[in-house]
Amino acid sequence: MDVLLQQLVNGLILGSLYALVALGYTMVYGILELINFAHGEIVMLGALVSVTVLGVLVAAGVPVPLALLLALAAAVLVCMATGVLVERIAYRPLRNAPRLAPLITAIGVSIVLQNLAMILWGRQYLSFPPVLAPQVYAWHGASVSNVQLLIVAVAALTMGTLLLLVQRTRLGRAMRATAQNREVAGLMGVDVNRVIAATFAVGSALAAVAGLLIASYYGIAHYNMGFLLGLKAFSAAVLGGIGNIPGALLGGLLLGVIESLGAGYIGDLTGGFLGSHYQDIFAFFILILVLIFRPSGLLGERVADRA
Amino acid sequence: MKSKLLIALMVGAMSWTAASAEPAVETVKIGCVAPLTGPQAHLGKDIENGARLAVDTINATKPTLAGKPVQFVLQVEDDAADPKTATVVAQKLVDDGAKGVVGHLNSGASIPASRIYADNDIPQVSPASTAVAYTHQGFKTTFRLMANDSQQGRALGQYATHLGKRVAVVDDRTAYGQGLIDEVVKGVKAAGGEVVAREYTTDKSTDFTAILTSLKAKKPDVVVFGGMDPQAAPMVRQLHTLGMKIPFIGGDGMQTAEFIKLAGPAAEGSIGSSPGLPIDKMPGGAEFTKRFGERFGKIQIYAPFAHDSAVVLIQAMLRAGSAEPEKYLPELARTQLDGVIGPIAFDDQGDLKDGPVTLYQVKKGKWQAVETVGGPAAKAAAK
Repeated sequence: MDVLLQQLVNGLILGSLYALVALGYTMVYGILELINFAHGEIVMLGALVSVTVLGVLVAAGVPVPLALLLALAAAVLVCMATGVLVERIAYRPLRNAPRLAPLITAIGVSIVLQNLAMILWGRQYLSFPPVLAPQVYAWHGASVSNVQLLIVAVAALTMGTLLLLVQRTRLGRAMRATAQNREVAGLMGVDVNRVIAATFAVGSALAAVAGLLIASYYGIAHYNMGFLLGLKAFSAAVLGGIGNIPGALLGGLLLGVIESLGAGYIGDLTGGFLGSHYQDIFAFFILILVLIFRPSGLLGERVADRA
Repeated sequence: MKSKLLIALMVGAMSWTAASAEPAVETVKIGCVAPLTGPQAHLGKDIENGARLAVDTINATKPTLAGKPVQFVLQVEDDAADPKTATVVAQKLVDDGAKGVVGHLNSGASIPASRIYADNDIPQVSPASTAVAYTHQGFKTTFRLMANDSQQGRALGQYATHLGKRVAVVDDRTAYGQGLIDEVVKGVKAAGGEVVAREYTTDKSTDFTAILTSLKAKKPDVVVFGGMDPQAAPMVRQLHTLGMKIPFIGGDGMQTAEFIKLAGPAAEGSIGSSPGLPIDKMPGGAEFTKRFGERFGKIQIYAPFAHDSAVVLIQAMLRAGSAEPEKYLPELARTQLDGVIGPIAFDDQGDLKDGPVTLYQVKKGKWQAVETVGGPAAKAAAK
């Protein structure tokens, strides 16, 4: 029982990270019907920037909470700027092009960002400065650390803020209007270009938060870390129903739990035929199942011409 | 590049004029290959310097081959730790007439290059490659001066069992990780321990909480990981997060300064093995450190092994009275000498007989040698 509980805890923490990244995919898809494959690289940028800034600040003797906030701020700024820039130069010129063109462009942007990061930070792994002394709490046989609790808290707070932004503010209303019908929203006086840029900025800010959390959780950051993460978060977004914000939350959490349980039990279930190194197949297996049986995802509406 | 070529030409011309001035002195070319660019460049330079020290020291003794004076020349090439480049420079050494090769560093480079040397009957002594496969391809020309992964895995398995009977193992499914853990499992069984769980990951993963939780359920006394430091570091962190206070052990892939840097405080107490003896335990260590230090500075890891690789090659030539591979190869296989690293002799495969393996533990943020397992060198060191 305690093993199952621990696997659920592991899964929820992993899942809240996926959810945070999945939100970025889903927001952009909701508004542009574009799968922004470069989003995983924005997370990577957030992780590398925050690790670098934090390292410099901690070495300079800045108090840890302040250094963390400044590192987060720097990561958010860099990611937002990158996200908006990518939208401006890579996606906006193709907004009325056939759907395949922006998709391929997104893959190209992802490769460019990855290589830029490789040139800037090098190929080696960067380590997250050990600023948070790990403390482990036992609860019914399962262990949770302070870093993990912090991750869940920050992820929940960030997602709550996002929901408020989308549901309660002028910008949020403009986003929803643009998502429903870009042309009509424009006719009603919504500055569509600004709303789309804002969507990229907000999604990239979430990615920056996710990058910092992931780097602090695993202790390492690397120019290549965004690729697989991005694909998994995308799968989570599809699982929840792409374009749907609560769907991204649900999909992320579910995917995290499924992966944890899967990796924990696959060896026993298949009699050792498939080992735990097949952990990564679950995300994509689920992606295939969802696309076959429920293309609109768990919470998505059935819209014939989407996806 | 151009200036390099020019210098090479000038050096070539000079050595030619030197040779023509003193026609009695024959020169024998020894190849030396290691990554001299890229992230492992410092390790490659270590190999080059070690080999150069050996060649220069022997040249200073005015050696003779079958009564004729001879001088040995080191031709250094860069394989960039890349298998493809390794084969290119191997062919270059063959074409340039090298009579023996010290190198390469990485198993992934040594193995493809070894075929080229073998096809041209040129003996190769690697100071650093540990993959079992390197000497097990059926080539008569492959030798090494490091304990291989099989010797290392057994030593790790025995040491793990000595810490606790219930051993859990994880490997990253690479040739290195899987091979090492297979040998660890044998070592654990031979030492009377029990492998209670075997889990797998990949060399790109960072999340190990699920597999570590599965391991936790089997209540192991110790965890052994076969893989490299980018995985080992987050793994040991997550081990602590899951409240598992048991020893974490790995091979030379994690016995690195990088591991301590990436794992931070969680690294404390982890145990890692590395083939060979620590330099201060080597029979010729103190003297070599002094001699090397005067000329090149600090030793990384491989300099003493590269030094002895060159010595072993040249001594075999001197004993055979010939630098021709078909003459001196049998002598090389029969090598019996006391090198810097300890007594050197090869088994039928070309592996170092009783290659020692040293276990290190992270204490106060540094790897410190705790125990050496196996090998006559270990016995010599214990004295």
